Amino acid sequence: MPEIRVTPLGAGQDVGRSCILVSIGGKNVMLDCGMHMGFNDDRRFPDFSYITRNGRLTDFLDCVIISHFHLDHCGALPYFSEMVGYDGPIYMTHPTQAICPILLEDYRKIAVDKKGEANFFTSQMIKDCMKKVVAVHLHQTVQVDDELEIKAYYAGHVLGAAMFQIKVGSESVVYTGDYNMTPDRHLGAAWIDKCRPNLLITESTYATTIRDSKRCRERDFLKKVHETVERGGKVLIPVFALGRAQELCILLETFWERVNLKAPIYFSTGLTEKANHYYKLFITWTNQKIRKTFVQRNMFEFKHIKAFDRAFADNPGPMVVFATPGMLHAGQSLQIFRKWAGNEKNMVIMPGYCVQGTVGHKILSGQRKLEMEGRQVLEVKMQVEYMSFSAHADAKGIMQLVGQAEPESVLLVHGEAKKMEFLKQKIEQEFRVNCYMPANGETVTLPTSPSIPVGISLGLLKREMAQGLLPNAKKPRLLHGTLIMKDSVSSFQLVSSEQALKELGLAEHQLRFTCRVHLHDSRKEQETAARVYSHLKSVLKDHCVQHLPDGSVTVESILIQAAAHSEDPGTKVLLVSWTYQDEELGSYLTSLLKKGLPQAPS
Amino acid sequence: MKLYCLSGHPTLPCNVLKFKSTTIMLDCGLDMTSTLNFLPLPLVQSPRLSNLPGWSLKDGNAFLDKELKECSGHVFVDSVPEFCLPETELIDLSTVDVILISNYHCMMALPYITEHTGFTGTVYATEPTVQIGRLLMEELVNFIERVPKAQSASLWKNKDIQRLLPSPLKDAVEVSTWRRCYTMQEVNSALSKIQLVGYSQKIELFGAVQVTPLSSGYALGSSNWIIQSHYEKVSYVSGSSLLTTHPQPMDQASLKNSDVLVLTGLTQIPTANPDGMVGEFCSNLALTVRNGGNVLVPCYPSGVIYDLLECLYQYIDSAGLSNIPFYFISPVANSSLEFSQIFAEWLCHNKQTKVYLPEPPFPHAELIQTNKLRHYPSIHGDFSNDFRQPCVVFTGHPSLRFGDVVHFMELWGKSSLNTVIFTEPDFSYLEALAPYQPLAMKCIYCPIDTRLNFIQVSKLLKEVQPLHVVCPEQYTQPPPAQSHRMDLMIDCQPPAMSYRRAEVLALPFKRLFEKIEIMPEPPPRPAPPTSGKKRKRASEDIPDCKVLKPLLSGSIPVEQFVQTLEKHGFSDVKVEDTAKGHIVLLQEAETLIQIEEDSTHIICDNDEMLRVRLRDLVLKFLQKF
Repeated sequence: MPEIRVTPLGAGQDVGRSCILVSIGGKNVMLDCGMHMGFNDDRRFPDFSYITRNGRLTDFLDCVIISHFHLDHCGALPYFSEMVGYDGPIYMTHPTQAICPILLEDYRKIAVDKKGEANFFTSQMIKDCMKKVVAVHLHQTVQVDDELEIKAYYAGHVLGAAMFQIKVGSESVVYTGDYNMTPDRHLGAAWIDKCRPNLLITESTYATTIRDSKRCRERDFLKKVHETVERGGKVLIPVFALGRAQELCILLETFWERVNLKAPIYFSTGLTEKANHYYKLFITWTNQKIRKTFVQRNMFEFKHIKAFDRAFADNPGPMVVFATPGMLHAGQSLQIFRKWAGNEKNMVIMPGYCVQGTVGHKILSGQRKLEMEGRQVLEVKMQVEYMSFSAHADAKGIMQLVGQAEPESVLLVHGEAKKMEFLKQKIEQEFRVNCYMPANGETVTLPTSPSIPVGISLGLLKREMAQGLLPNAKKPRLLHGTLIMKDSVSSFQLVSSEQALKELGLAEHQLRFTCRVHLHDSRKEQETAARVYSHLKSVLKDHCVQHLPDGSVTVESILIQAAAHSEDPGTKVLLVSWTYQDEELGSYLTSLLKKGLPQAPS
Repeated sequence: MKLYCLSGHPTLPCNVLKFKSTTIMLDCGLDMTSTLNFLPLPLVQSPRLSNLPGWSLKDGNAFLDKELKECSGHVFVDSVPEFCLPETELIDLSTVDVILISNYHCMMALPYITEHTGFTGTVYATEPTVQIGRLLMEELVNFIERVPKAQSASLWKNKDIQRLLPSPLKDAVEVSTWRRCYTMQEVNSALSKIQLVGYSQKIELFGAVQVTPLSSGYALGSSNWIIQSHYEKVSYVSGSSLLTTHPQPMDQASLKNSDVLVLTGLTQIPTANPDGMVGEFCSNLALTVRNGGNVLVPCYPSGVIYDLLECLYQYIDSAGLSNIPFYFISPVANSSLEFSQIFAEWLCHNKQTKVYLPEPPFPHAELIQTNKLRHYPSIHGDFSNDFRQPCVVFTGHPSLRFGDVVHFMELWGKSSLNTVIFTEPDFSYLEALAPYQPLAMKCIYCPIDTRLNFIQVSKLLKEVQPLHVVCPEQYTQPPPAQSHRMDLMIDCQPPAMSYRRAEVLALPFKRLFEKIEIMPEPPPRPAPPTSGKKRKRASEDIPDCKVLKPLLSGSIPVEQFVQTLEKHGFSDVKVEDTAKGHIVLLQEAETLIQIEEDSTHIICDNDEMLRVRLRDLVLKFLQKF
């Protein structure tokens, strides 16, 4: 029985370390290869030994697909390809391919240079890993091999994020990666056609949340920033360099311009300027409005936002600082946080989701005394605000996408188990499809019944049509033909038996029967034949019965000859001769004739 | 399956393909060479042009002198310029289901088709094609609407009058179909009917046909198209290039196994090598500027200009031209330069790598930043303040009939220090210059056409092996001016089928198969009749002879067959050899079985039980089909 198997190595009932194995139509595909921000030990990367303990991964995987450049989706890639060993193709979109190595390098630097980890992947490994990447266009059908094809759809979320359809024959799976169903200030909304996959694997970060209108959130955000700045406080906004950073910059930039504020806005690290450059060059991936106006005014050229210098953190007076990384787990954002945390005039705004174990997660869950390195305790007096600007679909959005794609079943990943449970019920109720939520290492198996494409020869089809009956779904009909498998497994041909013999270079073997039927009839053979003819003609109204000049009678292609009996002149022998193909009719005729002929009118 | 050929211009094609009950228009090219018969539209009142004498017939009859003007022995129509449209009568264009666009030069007739023929279908094109196509149309409309001309000439088009005119007006074809330019409103409406597609995207049309654009290597977003059903494949090759310029390289592999390959858009200058031409362009430009002259480059606002600017970027400093201003004047100059930088995914590998750094893929960004290249929407406004000579000006239109180029021709034409360099291959430069004669300025002809030449075509055809090639008639014979050059035509086996304007071609397809789907499990068998009574009646029914028994194949090994017979209780089996095989005799049953290589004949008494037993034994040795 054909089936689709799915095993999450990461992101099963969890956020972080996205890595999902899919087996479909005999092909194995790995979806995403992320790291976990909440761990610093072995658990930060997926356990690839699940795939194989001693062989090369290349032998067990047909391809790897990366949905977008966030590290929880691509952070383990160099470890996976260079340290564990994988040489097959890695697919991602162009912007992801451009930005991914920069974030990986950044991640490596923090891990190795700052934390002093040994046995981490090197810069060269990142480069070698990126050489295995094949960039894909949106909607391009990429033929991984003769049978496996993949196709990318726009996912919003971050620049270059994509959902992927994986297809073998008539079976398919869609993996959403992270997506956003509402357009924001710089990205468009995710979109997919009614592709009716066997399975939709969707993220479920906000499985239970239905967010209020975006406008309200934006107004709220601006109000809080404005108030803090007015009273001379400093605002820290931890962000990742690419993504929400640009969204919030556009928001603040337009607000500063409108209200004419003078407090400086800074953007930390050199990466960000570079990041804005990516947005300018990949402007075709942003939303309609930005694309339309970019010639007149490029939204990613900011007038009010300046580069940040470490020394600015101690400057007196109000300021707004965007600093990386977004979950306050390391780097500049954490440094600034420690400096400003003690002053109640200041504010930190967390604009996105924080993984368990990070400082971000701790302060959001209300912790006000933090244990830092060296047993230091940091008391947080500054205001802590959480404002969901993460570009994930909320419950409504997820339901909307399920409705768009019309899958046969749904599988939830990238979310918390409790929230998934709720969404699972909702999906099962509303769409009447099965919904799964496997934990890491747990396998979901879905039986499928793919149809098999076959080429039917026009000759055979026309012969069938010649019978004058139109196809009727309610009344199945037997069609006799021969299925030939040529060249490759996937090319079947349905042809007539004659053609099949010809194509295979085989001769037909004729099987013929001749039955002797004894009749009591003292008349001459010709007369017997004539009686046989008129009898058959009257019985077989729908058949072609002929009396040939040589005295023999034919019914369709069955030949009947009358001969004298060698010993008994009162008996005539009818020789009924037919081929195996006329078996039914031949058999019928002999039994009919055996019963004798009706008395001829004298 | 048929091909309706609506355009006679081989590089500006417009064909309609009827394929498996869909009607597909391939490209929508607009033949603008017709404008060469018109007087230029000057931006600034030109006493020279307005004082040209009217033309009169040999017998002195001057009734046409309002419409036709004479300049240096050539006659021009004094009217709003008009374009030669694709054929609109050959096929009902409202029945066209989809239009496939291959590159931005081949969509210029789109508004005429989508807005005025009852067309209700969808147009497919890549994003760069649409964006740059929009710029080309915008520029064209702007050039023409900027200089309103009241006069529209029609008298000369009368067949009886046209006959009396001098060449080339006399020989102009289809003049009755010539139309004035469309409006911006029509352009916007036409473009709104376009659906964007990406390379290698499979687009299903009504479940019957699948179309796929492939990179053609000629321009940003330029594509060839595959039109296929499950068993038939048509490749439409239009404007393709194998040279390494800025666009993504051509995808040749996907063109393989075509039943029919329609080949259009080859180079218009098969004898010129584009690389050599670029070199000549640079050296002539440098020479003129060093001598204190100005250089005028009539060009389209997108395409080859990007490559020329890139060459100049590398050449300027070494040639000592760092202080010479380069001007790019077009209503869409800024947009064109900006758009060129954002299509990373459609660029060649080298340029993609630059974007990944991230740097702008084209070096003209740096030329603009360092103020070496400046762009202006027109000669009016800022340009007149910044204008310094000597300089180099890139501006349109390459036909020299409208656009800012007309002004520079009038301004610089009288001095032999200046040079006009023709790089666009679409218009004959001699004809383009005709209304400016007599001319003192130097003219250099460096046509740069990167599309396939005949050597590349024959290599390509060998590579992709189509069963049949279809192409415009111009490609099946050497160019008229070089009739001895037998190498300047398509050479393939079987010979290419050629078409000309307004012709309908039946495409040679041999359909053998159709796709169906079968389920992996066999269907449930009809339940066997239960009661014995019913069964009996069934056997008495006259059998339906339409139910075919399988064919048989194989041969029967006599020895084994006899052994089998014996095993099944036939004790008196005798075998006789014959010329062609054997006869097996079952004496008691008076039965005879003739066995030959390809046939078996069972002759017996009317004992159905026995016959069926023998039949089944024979069938054991044979394969069923």
